[in-house]
Amino acid sequence: MEHIRAPNSLELGPGMKDRHPITHHPSPITPPSHHPVTPSPAVAMRGISKRFGSVVANDRVDFEASWGEVHALVGENGAGKSTLMSILAGLYRPDSGEVEIDGAPARLRSPRDAIARGIGMVYQHFMLVEPFTVTENVVLGEQRSGVDLELGRVERELAGLSEKYGLGIDPRARIWQLSVGEQQRVEILRLLYLGARILVFDEPTAVLTPQEARSLLQTLRGMAAQGFSVVFISHKLDEVLEVADRISVLRRGEIVATTRPAETDRRTLARLMVGRELAEVVEQPASEPHEPVAQGDAVLEVRGLYALGEKGLPALRGIDLDVRTGETLGIAGVAGNGQRELAETVTGLRSVTDGSLRIDGKELTNRPAAEIARAGVAHIPEDRLATGLIGGMDLSENAILRGYARPPLCSGPFLASKAVASFTDRLIADHDVKTPGRWAKLRTLSGGNQQKLLLGRELAGEPRLIVAVHPTRGVDVGATEAIHQALRDQRARGAAILLISEDLDELLALSDRIVVLFDGRVMGAMPASGADPEEIGLLMAGIGNRESEVGTRV
Amino acid sequence: MSSRSAISPSRRLRIERVPSPSRSATAVVSALSFVLALLCGGIILFLAGENPIQIYGSMFSGALGDWNGVAETLVKTTPLLLAGLGVAVAFRMQLWNIGAEGQLYLGAIFATGVALFLIPGAPGWVMVPIIVVASLLGGGLWGLIPGALRAWFGASEIITSLMLNYVAILFSEYLVHGPWRDPQAFGFPGTPSLPASAWLPNWGATRVHLGLFFGLIAALVLWVMLRRTRWGYEIGVMGENPRAALYAGMPTKRTIVLVMALSGALAGLAGMSEVAGIGHQLQRNLSPGYGYAAIIVAWLARLHPLGAVLVAFLLAALTVGGDQIQMSLGLPAAIAPMLQGTILFFLLGGDVLTRYRITRVPGT
Repeated sequence: MEHIRAPNSLELGPGMKDRHPITHHPSPITPPSHHPVTPSPAVAMRGISKRFGSVVANDRVDFEASWGEVHALVGENGAGKSTLMSILAGLYRPDSGEVEIDGAPARLRSPRDAIARGIGMVYQHFMLVEPFTVTENVVLGEQRSGVDLELGRVERELAGLSEKYGLGIDPRARIWQLSVGEQQRVEILRLLYLGARILVFDEPTAVLTPQEARSLLQTLRGMAAQGFSVVFISHKLDEVLEVADRISVLRRGEIVATTRPAETDRRTLARLMVGRELAEVVEQPASEPHEPVAQGDAVLEVRGLYALGEKGLPALRGIDLDVRTGETLGIAGVAGNGQRELAETVTGLRSVTDGSLRIDGKELTNRPAAEIARAGVAHIPEDRLATGLIGGMDLSENAILRGYARPPLCSGPFLASKAVASFTDRLIADHDVKTPGRWAKLRTLSGGNQQKLLLGRELAGEPRLIVAVHPTRGVDVGATEAIHQALRDQRARGAAILLISEDLDELLALSDRIVVLFDGRVMGAMPASGADPEEIGLLMAGIGNRESEVGTRV
Repeated sequence: MSSRSAISPSRRLRIERVPSPSRSATAVVSALSFVLALLCGGIILFLAGENPIQIYGSMFSGALGDWNGVAETLVKTTPLLLAGLGVAVAFRMQLWNIGAEGQLYLGAIFATGVALFLIPGAPGWVMVPIIVVASLLGGGLWGLIPGALRAWFGASEIITSLMLNYVAILFSEYLVHGPWRDPQAFGFPGTPSLPASAWLPNWGATRVHLGLFFGLIAALVLWVMLRRTRWGYEIGVMGENPRAALYAGMPTKRTIVLVMALSGALAGLAGMSEVAGIGHQLQRNLSPGYGYAAIIVAWLARLHPLGAVLVAFLLAALTVGGDQIQMSLGLPAAIAPMLQGTILFFLLGGDVLTRYRITRVPGT
């Protein structure tokens, strides 16, 4: 298996070019069909299991990728795709199972081991130093001794590789001057330079504009044609069907199917991804039909809402929705389709570029977060420790984050310590937060108890509207049930609830209606009772009669 | 799940943050650091052919051995405390104000200018409050500038506050060499003496003056402000988690400007107290670096206002003791700063050890 050797520190020295596996060893680049006997697959992962605490991320997964193919790995969020590929890239070690690279067993204990076996991974978040040039960034990743960085030689080599594989990267460019798509190609270039021949991409098009995405997909095809093995993780079934030779579907940690684009279609893939379990869920006791609550006037009215995402690209493109008193509106969708931005605009944390936002009939578009909160909006944010809580402060300081500026928690410029203490103790008791006391630092609590405190705080003011984003993510079963019950009680009290979740079970169990977001637009809407999870799954994957849905208010 | 160890499994030792260091551990580590520092300094002194025990004894008796020493230590405590409080309140909000030195000079300049040229004839009960306010304004202005640049333009307050130090110091040089120079001082750089009504009252026959009282009051007020007021709470939240502050709708930009101004105002008060309490004139080298030592005070006090009182006193004792051995034992001038440096090095190192711990990572 000489040809899979990649440069490592022992092999470095003069004459690097000769030992570059891509330029020097054409054999693996030969398509498998040219081999007289069945060739070894580029990657063979057998019986891979990995659990994180009580969560099984991968359950005896078998996965193979061949030389010269583009192999797509699809599945819902949390299906275990990233875990599986992180194992291949040496980031995680599997609990059991083995990995073979080109027919030989491989022990991948670190990313360095992986790159030494020719495996390179391009992450969603690039690991590049912005003020440095492309060449300097590449040299950073190299393990070598000696003082001379040989930047000139590396630069020439990179220029050659860029030319050969049509990447169009100038090795002398500085990273900050490059677009996101170009930075991604720098990552590819770096992996090629390091000798990678198995390229793994984690949702590579998620960060790209449509044009950049198309160009990347062409690059991937080109790499496969040159004999590389390309594995990519994606949610987007269109691009998977367009570019992949084979498609493996992961669901709940297991590979449920491996198929070819010619033998399948979007509908079948989506059905495989969402799976049959969801249908059973509807009958679970947790989703007992709500006692109907008299629904009143619209509390939240969103009209033609546009907003930009972190990258400055449009993340919301004309959302219309209403949430009425006593109603829970569930927002379904694959991560990154505008849910986060929707929650942030409604709570005043992100500015609206077009459209309007009313709460109880009051125009609150682009008003400060404090004013929106005063209008009766509670917010259970996506990432509680990053946004909604302060880990280094104690429970009482966390409990008063919403109400510290109003009596009874303050009097004049001073905090009313007695009122603060009794308020905190009441939250702890009412919401069954397990803690040694209100003086404990928040970060010493478990995730479930942190969330119960946050929920209690947000619900304390009897809000008119509750924006709850992944309220039970990373929370144990007991706390999940408590949080669900609290949301049901709020609904019964007459609050309007906007519930954003990636957990379809949760959405079906708590919502009156479900709206599916895709690509910043409303893909479809339906009553939750009797909703077909399969149909929701298809809408989440962007398949549906969008034309008939766009513009209809939901 | 420890993703960090997964990324670099080949590393054997790792530094991780201790969730919340206990008070007793902090005290033990601080005491141990101090002892180690004395040992280490002692070895160096021994190698230099000196008697460490004699030198340490002389340092101690110089700084704390008699009332004179204690009084001198309290004199040095005053500017360290005031400027240290100013730095601490900014650091609480993760505003890295390292411009206390310049803010101190600006406070001194404002106080001097007002006392000499605006109201030279005012009686003490009018004069002292007014020059206090003038110094607060001067230092506050010098803190407000980097605060405003940070709040509205995102400029790093570390750089701007540091650069303003040079502006302030050179401006004061210009004044004492130029327009404000005392014509009767035979060309010596320095302003004329302040009117006696501007001199801060002394405590008995010592050089300890009213500035110390200002410092203690300021420490108390800050402590209450940070613990008990809405504003103090907002500063705490913005320092610990700026995103949570945004989420709660706190006025972040305004608070950045106000806290930087408050920070500068306290350093400005230190400048006033040096001029009106000690030198009674604005002169060259008004501060031997109090504004920078203030950073150490704030850090070792863990940004706690009452802790700053203790730390400022200890640091002052170290300075006075160092001066003492230089004068009485005729040691090389470098010995005192070397010992001070050793002690600070160990204290700061020990401080890191209470906040972080080094663990062995099992594996390869």
